[in-house]
Amino acid sequence: MSGRPDNAAIIVTGAARGIGAASVQELAADGWAVAVLHRNGRGDAETLAQQIVDAGGRAIPIRADLREPAEVEQAFEAAQQELGPVLGLVNNAGVRADNLALSISDEDWQLVLDTNLSAAFRLTRRAMRGMLRARFGRIVNVASVVGPRANPGQANYAASKAGLIGMTKTVAAEVARKGVTVNAVAPGFIATEMTKDVPPEVLEAVPARRAGQPQEVAACVRFLASDAAAYVTGTTLYVDGGMSA
Amino acid sequence: MSTTTDTAQVEQTVYKSLETFGADPSEINRDASFEALDVDSLDLAELSQIVEDEYGVKFKSSDVENLKTVGDAIDFIVANK
Repeated sequence: MSGRPDNAAIIVTGAARGIGAASVQELAADGWAVAVLHRNGRGDAETLAQQIVDAGGRAIPIRADLREPAEVEQAFEAAQQELGPVLGLVNNAGVRADNLALSISDEDWQLVLDTNLSAAFRLTRRAMRGMLRARFGRIVNVASVVGPRANPGQANYAASKAGLIGMTKTVAAEVARKGVTVNAVAPGFIATEMTKDVPPEVLEAVPARRAGQPQEVAACVRFLASDAAAYVTGTTLYVDGGMSA
Repeated sequence: MSTTTDTAQVEQTVYKSLETFGADPSEINRDASFEALDVDSLDLAELSQIVEDEYGVKFKSSDVENLKTVGDAIDFIVANK
């Protein structure tokens, strides 16, 4: 069992804000060099990366539209060149385009599946090359409680997140013996920009009776990406205040 | 570069990779089957990536299925360089 090499880098997608940004901070604090991937959060991503550098860490912002395979490849190469071997990946980027299934357009179906699932697959496939050779890798997919359970109005989102969990399990089983772990976290109702329009009544379904904070999800991401989690793979860690209990 | 040198170089890359995958070095030779060396489909996928990076040779899934021995792989790489 090998530990994380000193110069290892980790890519976090959707990293400018919310759970992504909190994960960047936790991972940098744990010694990872972090590539802060964003699509339209340039200012936030630059500020975040600078904060990490000022604190003595290593981080760079990289802009990429993950729906474009060529941009995924370019972002990966940039991270590797600037920071070192990419041996960690947090697939966090996600979008919502809610509607009842009857009314979801092909475009809104595709947008959500492309961003939340296909992009995660492409990055995972790319990252595994180096991870397998290094006999070390950590992949954490940010799924959701929606997917394993129903949420009317989110058929596209639920399909993407359930798909992410399915991909997590299978890829984990494929590469486990090479020192690469693949896990998911499944956040419940977390207070971020993405959930600001969710009605507060939703909290009634949360045993903890409060929304989670991005840092509470990020702490789990940090653990799953750490050496301490070397024997944890293929699992989904629910971070939902008991919602799925 | 002569074909002999090419073959020797590719042979070295393949042997080294197989060792990394955990194959017993004393059993690695051209006639050894991947099955006997306990080299599985994930190892062969990794070997494909190494070969692609070093020699620019791309394996299709169907190509990999047809490779039964170490010699098969070496010959395929040299022929497609």
